[in-house]
Amino acid sequence: MSNKVIYAIYNDDDILMDAVRQTRAAHHHIEEVFTPFPVHGLDKAMGLAPTRLAICSFIYGCIGITFATWMMNYIMIQDWPQDIGGKPSFSYIENMPAFVPIMFEMTVFFAAHLMVITFYMRSKLWPFKQAENPDVRTTDDHFLMEVAVHNNEEELVSFFKSTGAVEVKVIEKH
Amino acid sequence: MYTFSSKLKNLSIILMALGLLGIGYGFLTAPKDIQEVEMILAAEDHGGHGEAKNDVATGGAEAHDAVDSHNEVVPASGADMAPAAEVGHNEVESHSDVAEFHAVVAGHDVAKEAAEHEEHLTHVLHQLQNKPWAAFYVACLFFLLFPLGVLAFYAIQQVAQAGWSPVLFRVMQGITAFLPYASVIFFVFLILCGLHFNHLFIWLDPEVVAHDALIATKSGYLNFPFWIARAAFFLGGWNLYRYYSAKNCLSQDESNDDSFYKKNFNISAGFLVFFIVTESIMSWDWIMSIDPHWFSTLFGWYVLSSFFVSGITVIALVSLYLKSSGYLEHVNTSHIHDLAKFMFGFSIFWTYLWFSQFMLIWYANIPEEITYFITRIEMYNLPFFGAVVMNFVFPILILINTDFKRITWILVMAGVVILAGHYIDFFNMVMPGTVGDRWFIGVSEVASVLFFLGLFIYVVFTALAKSPLLPKRNPYIEESKHFHY
Repeated sequence: MSNKVIYAIYNDDDILMDAVRQTRAAHHHIEEVFTPFPVHGLDKAMGLAPTRLAICSFIYGCIGITFATWMMNYIMIQDWPQDIGGKPSFSYIENMPAFVPIMFEMTVFFAAHLMVITFYMRSKLWPFKQAENPDVRTTDDHFLMEVAVHNNEEELVSFFKSTGAVEVKVIEKH
Repeated sequence: MYTFSSKLKNLSIILMALGLLGIGYGFLTAPKDIQEVEMILAAEDHGGHGEAKNDVATGGAEAHDAVDSHNEVVPASGADMAPAAEVGHNEVESHSDVAEFHAVVAGHDVAKEAAEHEEHLTHVLHQLQNKPWAAFYVACLFFLLFPLGVLAFYAIQQVAQAGWSPVLFRVMQGITAFLPYASVIFFVFLILCGLHFNHLFIWLDPEVVAHDALIATKSGYLNFPFWIARAAFFLGGWNLYRYYSAKNCLSQDESNDDSFYKKNFNISAGFLVFFIVTESIMSWDWIMSIDPHWFSTLFGWYVLSSFFVSGITVIALVSLYLKSSGYLEHVNTSHIHDLAKFMFGFSIFWTYLWFSQFMLIWYANIPEEITYFITRIEMYNLPFFGAVVMNFVFPILILINTDFKRITWILVMAGVVILAGHYIDFFNMVMPGTVGDRWFIGVSEVASVLFFLGLFIYVVFTALAKSPLLPKRNPYIEESKHFHY
């Protein structure tokens, strides 16, 4: 079976949004949309599920504060409870105010960095990654919608022409 | 136009009546002389160990030498000041009721003992007599300051030309309509303090100042005429801004150009400058001077953060109420979401300042500063740390969720906890210096809050019913109506 897709190219984000809505209303499955900048509301129009990155971040923050607490309790209270300038090192809670700045920073550090790494992994981004760009103009001033073709090529081409596309291409994908 | 529902009106009147009754009860049951105090203390010998906490933890007789300064507490040693909180509760119980305290000083001659006993009784008498006054003062201060917080928030929205908030301007103006009423009550209260009806501000007592070199050196600033003149100036300035700003906003509705809007922009910018200066001095005058031996440089900001977040919470609660009764058609969940974000952010800002003040003083542990926190940790352990839980832990866990910020019942619950938490915050600031270990959240305290809550509801919703809830010709009103996040 051939692996044909349609590239419908637009030059305005408002027209793109309308086209996305029409395409979904006509029950054509949108494979992907490429835009040069974030288009507000595009994810909602495409019906994408909301991100769970914030939940990940919250969990990473909890790990960070746990790690900081464990580390300082072990070092300052359990392992070698020295008297440093009269600070009470009999239990963690007694000397806790002195540990709070570190606990805070560790929480932020873990939450921020692990979330960014999660984002890279989920988005499959890394330094020597091959760019997946169907048309170089989509990084500059054009918007591209990719829709799979299932033996309905003529119908799809005329449909996308009617949605205001400046260019409709049928491509064989490998 | 909003109409004040009769149900709410009746509720506010009931609250005021209940509050007045409770306030009166508090004043009537306060002890009149040291004989009554002696009876109260004798009764406590059989019962609680409330007295014990103070005596032992602060090193016995030393506490009583400091009667003049009410709550001067001398730490026995610096190292045990943080754990002293637990010590105060656990180890003390075997020790030192009033009777045992006398056993300790039995070595002294009889005359000295009698004098010390009398001094102790006078000290407790002052604390007990202060209690209904202090309860009223905390509630009055809280209900004066959070409308001021709303006023500051409102001024910031004007100056920042915020596009989302103009649909809420009339709600904010309604809330700040309470400011003149609270100002008058508060000012009368300050005059009563100056006329020696109570002992809330010990530096107002010439006897105390004469025997206290520390306070005497501050009397160039802390003297009654200057103090009351400052209060009049601050309250006057805030109320003037409130009056003209609300007036211009209504005039803008009927106007053909934006001149009143521009006028409001200018006076709001001027007010914010005036506000930040007067707010800082206000916090020294009305709160920090209750402990005149103590000082902290970030205190003004700390007080600001406390009443600012309370003010935003009240805006959210009043908006939710009006919205749920079918007014405010243009206020959507995005507006509420924004208010909730402010509640969340400023709760954390409060915690940041609370902790910064506490940690700096705890870490350095300089005797003349640390007493402030020792009295609070030893005698106010639950309210002191409870305020952090209510104002930080609870809001950060509840309001961090984006979906929760749009759900009415969650916001109402979080708002009530935040408001109660900041009342306790003011309670913690005022009570240790006025009633010491004689604190209790009883009839006086609850009744004062109920009275002001009733008056607040009555005044605010009467004011809301007087003008349309949607400004007409504000340049940002269209954007605000369609605000969507």
